[in-house]
Amino acid sequence: MSVLGQELATIGVLVRRDLVRFARERSRVIGALLQPLIFWLVIGSGMSSTFRLPGQSQVGYLEYFFPGVIVMVVLFTAIFTTMSVIEDRHSGFLQAVLVAPGSRVSVVLGKCLGSSTVALVQGGMFLLLAPFAGFHFGQMQWLPLCAGLCFTCLSLCALGFAVAWWLDSTGGYHVVMSLVLLPLWILSGAMFPAPAGSAFALIARVNPMSYAVAAVRRGLYGAVLPAGMLAADHSVWSEVLVLISFALASTLLAVRVCFRKR
Amino acid sequence: MPSLEVRGLRHSWVRDSRTRIPAPGRDASRVLDDVSFEVREGEVFGLLGPNGCGKSTALRVLLGLLEPDAVELRWNGVAVAPGGRALRSCMGVVFQAPSLDGRLTVRENLALSAALQQVDRSKVAARIDDALELAQLRERAGDLVSKLSGGMKRRLELARALLHEPSLLLMDEPTTGLDELSFQRTWQRLDELRSRRAVSVLLTTHRADEAARCDRVAVLDQGKIVALGTPAELAQSVSGDVLTLEAHDTDAVAAQIRAEFGLEARVVEGKLVLERERGHELIPRLVEALPRGSIASLSMHRPTLADVFVKLTGRSLGRGGEPS
Repeated sequence: MSVLGQELATIGVLVRRDLVRFARERSRVIGALLQPLIFWLVIGSGMSSTFRLPGQSQVGYLEYFFPGVIVMVVLFTAIFTTMSVIEDRHSGFLQAVLVAPGSRVSVVLGKCLGSSTVALVQGGMFLLLAPFAGFHFGQMQWLPLCAGLCFTCLSLCALGFAVAWWLDSTGGYHVVMSLVLLPLWILSGAMFPAPAGSAFALIARVNPMSYAVAAVRRGLYGAVLPAGMLAADHSVWSEVLVLISFALASTLLAVRVCFRKR
Repeated sequence: MPSLEVRGLRHSWVRDSRTRIPAPGRDASRVLDDVSFEVREGEVFGLLGPNGCGKSTALRVLLGLLEPDAVELRWNGVAVAPGGRALRSCMGVVFQAPSLDGRLTVRENLALSAALQQVDRSKVAARIDDALELAQLRERAGDLVSKLSGGMKRRLELARALLHEPSLLLMDEPTTGLDELSFQRTWQRLDELRSRRAVSVLLTTHRADEAARCDRVAVLDQGKIVALGTPAELAQSVSGDVLTLEAHDTDAVAAQIRAEFGLEARVVEGKLVLERERGHELIPRLVEALPRGSIASLSMHRPTLADVFVKLTGRSLGRGGEPS
């Protein structure tokens, strides 16, 4: 078999493995959906009486918050699925993969694409609730929505892979990922909009997560995006470009880390 | 032509000091010191040594899982990198610890391995059936691996390592944790396999009886090869029979034996070990000569590789090779 064939087979088999394991763990599927759902309903209802988007009286908080929760679903799933790198190392499965003919680049790609697919499926399932938040499937712009979600998933999974490869304990992994990614998510405009000219708005400009939330928000609203919705004023393609760059950088980091022998 | 040639393998824990603690009483950093051997085509070559002697590390270096300080590798005469694609493509590996996915079924694990090893699609189904047969797990093919017993998992590991018909099989303590019956069966399966087709085997073990089944053995102690040869050649270094004596006051008995019989009595892990031609003739003389009640037990056996190890190093294979 050609080298390319070997690499594709390695990637394919690792993606398939993640999907089979995902389908088998119903509690994980339900947990990953239920938690953000409760979060969305509780925070969303609690905030709805006080939340006012500047210049927009019709946008309720449940609606404003929904795109951010989709990104949170993707974020949590990416953290959980890439954590299996640590479990695989402890269970010995990882070394069996590493001594197979496929290269480590394919191991990274296979794991990241597998985890991304799982995260996408989870995000997609939550997306089905969009009509309850006031969105209409007919008016959505699917290209920025799908591109935004795909590259966000890949970025987060590759980042998760790099951290999981580097660390030895699942507890430590959780702490690192939560410390880095949750603040980024909160400061992305997912929970509240950034006032123009504030430090928050400045952070939002350099925060890759705000581009993810913006792409999802833009995709959900389509052509009827209300003003003041986005943390920073970007074009749709600059958002996708930033997410592609983030995904590429994270994947390169994961590959670089994976070549470190331990 | 040797199948796999390993020259000048050196490895230290310096770069892995975060996770590894060196064994006491030895160079804190050097784990493997100029280890050289070759695995000839079709032979079973064993690395024999106690836990912590560096044999698993040697295997991990060959697999590309650890970065060595230095090593030269040749596979069928061609220089290859440790764990390089050339090597990975033709070897099967049985790790010391389980390396299966417990959340997949037996058949799924085999299918996954077949895909990773790029087994020809037209042959996958037949190979998986063969592997299930070899592992005696045909009836459990649809069960999750996490539900299998330790012995079953071990059998599955071996069957999985052979799925793609490798020409080199690397096994790290392959029979660890197996009972005597499973140990015998594993070797029976290995012998059957070798009778069917040429496969070179490199294995590590701390069991003398397992090393005795190898065609050639390298005895590894504290990161160095201290002897290399066939089990019969190595056993010749111990003359005659081996007598093992447990006494209440080992030092006093050892001194008395040295004085009265002129024999070198070594103390290994609290027991006296004597080498002697026609050992059975010595036993009654010892019992007569030593004070009544001073001997707790006395036994005799033909020399094994465990005795060879004791003779070469002054330590026993059994308990991690700590000094006596």
